[in-house]
Amino acid sequence: MKEYIKKIGKEGLRVDGRGFEDFRDIKIETGVAKKAEGSALVTFGKNKIMAGVKMDLAEPYDDSPDEGSLMVSFEEAQIAHSEWEGGRPRNEAVEIARTVDRGIRESGMIDFKKLCVKEGELVWKVYIDVYPFNYDGNIIDGSSLAAIAAILNARMPKRKGNKVLYNELSNKKLPVTKTPLTTTFVKIGEYIMVDPNLNEESVMDARLSISTSGKESINAMQKSGDGGFTPEEVKEMVEKSFKIRKVIEKAIKGVK
Amino acid sequence: MAKTKNKRPDGRKPSEMRKIEMEAGVIPNAVGSARFKIGDTEAIVGVYGPRELHPRKIRLADQGLLQCNYDLMSFSVSDRKRPGPSRRDRELSLVSSNALSNLVFLDKYPTQVIDVFIQIPQADAGTRCAGICAASLALADAGIPMKGLAGSISAGAIGDTVVLDLTKEEEDWADGATDIPLTYSPKTGFITHLQLDGEISKKNLFKAIDMGVKAAEKIVDMQEKTLKEKYKGGAVE
Repeated sequence: MKEYIKKIGKEGLRVDGRGFEDFRDIKIETGVAKKAEGSALVTFGKNKIMAGVKMDLAEPYDDSPDEGSLMVSFEEAQIAHSEWEGGRPRNEAVEIARTVDRGIRESGMIDFKKLCVKEGELVWKVYIDVYPFNYDGNIIDGSSLAAIAAILNARMPKRKGNKVLYNELSNKKLPVTKTPLTTTFVKIGEYIMVDPNLNEESVMDARLSISTSGKESINAMQKSGDGGFTPEEVKEMVEKSFKIRKVIEKAIKGVK
Repeated sequence: MAKTKNKRPDGRKPSEMRKIEMEAGVIPNAVGSARFKIGDTEAIVGVYGPRELHPRKIRLADQGLLQCNYDLMSFSVSDRKRPGPSRRDRELSLVSSNALSNLVFLDKYPTQVIDVFIQIPQADAGTRCAGICAASLALADAGIPMKGLAGSISAGAIGDTVVLDLTKEEEDWADGATDIPLTYSPKTGFITHLQLDGEISKKNLFKAIDMGVKAAEKIVDMQEKTLKEKYKGGAVE
């Protein structure tokens, strides 16, 4: 497969007929899990990735007494891929969750100060759990998009003192300030392509995920895979991520 | 601190690293080992192998596996960390393995594993980078054939000032600091590790990458000097 990808790469082609800078068509549905405070199902290529938001009231962390908090998890659900084995999460799954987490956290997408109920005593915690149903490559962008769509879909639950009334959602949205988006590139031989499908990802040399917000800001990056990029290649991918971001923006526009 | 443009809390210039100390051969039981200290951050690395990989089913038929285990020790930080691998530790184990695998001729060791144990006894930011620097030195000390050594350093920005090798105090700066740890090998010309968190403009990001690459080259020079010093009489057991 790798040799074939490199061979047709010479002519600027990819195994599924896309160009190097084409993202697959994205479809986003929200409100797909009724008991969750927010949820979304993201589909692109044969990927199907669901994310749900649950919220809870708890004591704040000592170093941020007036801020709510965020916890992202990623499950390698065995339904999604024959090579996932269940049990304790592999380091790769932890890396995906932490990369998605940083894209959201570092962009300041959620105004955590507004999730404070009483300073030093009670804050809202936001749990985002991502479960793929079918895995077809580029799980980082898919998980990040599902998580972000689920946040945009979420409504604050009502509360009575420090008790959450889970079945009574308010009309209030989460305090969202902006929409960070992640674009992931892989390098196979000398070719660099965005949004790798499963065939491409399984033979990649190296991968770089870039989270951007707005026109100019980079909020998170994560290089994975055991190959390398030259400094120039990194800069080109950063430039391209701002261009490709616009396609993803279109898909998430209007999501609520 | 960003307001007084060229002064940092410890008096360094923006592009100045903290003081570096390194030494190869610190763990007698290991095949290769090294200690790398940068400011108040220290990493000790022991390399074991190439040796048999268990479980058998994760063996690779055509090449060896380089496997890092990053361990931020419980007493290395102000608030005691629970011993054992945290989620952060596990991510950094993977990131470090990916940073280093490309440097070693792994095709020489089919089905085998090279275990790289990274212990962090003292942390003042930049621990993953210190670990990778020590590991690069330790792999060479183990006599494992490599394409080249690697330097790893955190570049970043405090406010609008691009800086090198942030301390914990700088990372925690209230108005926001951006941290960009990266690993670069001058021999291969590849960045094999790159992460970022914070908020930075494209212009400053590119400047930080250039600054980090240059610093990595400098660290590799120091590693070479350290190895030459240790083995100047020839490699004797």
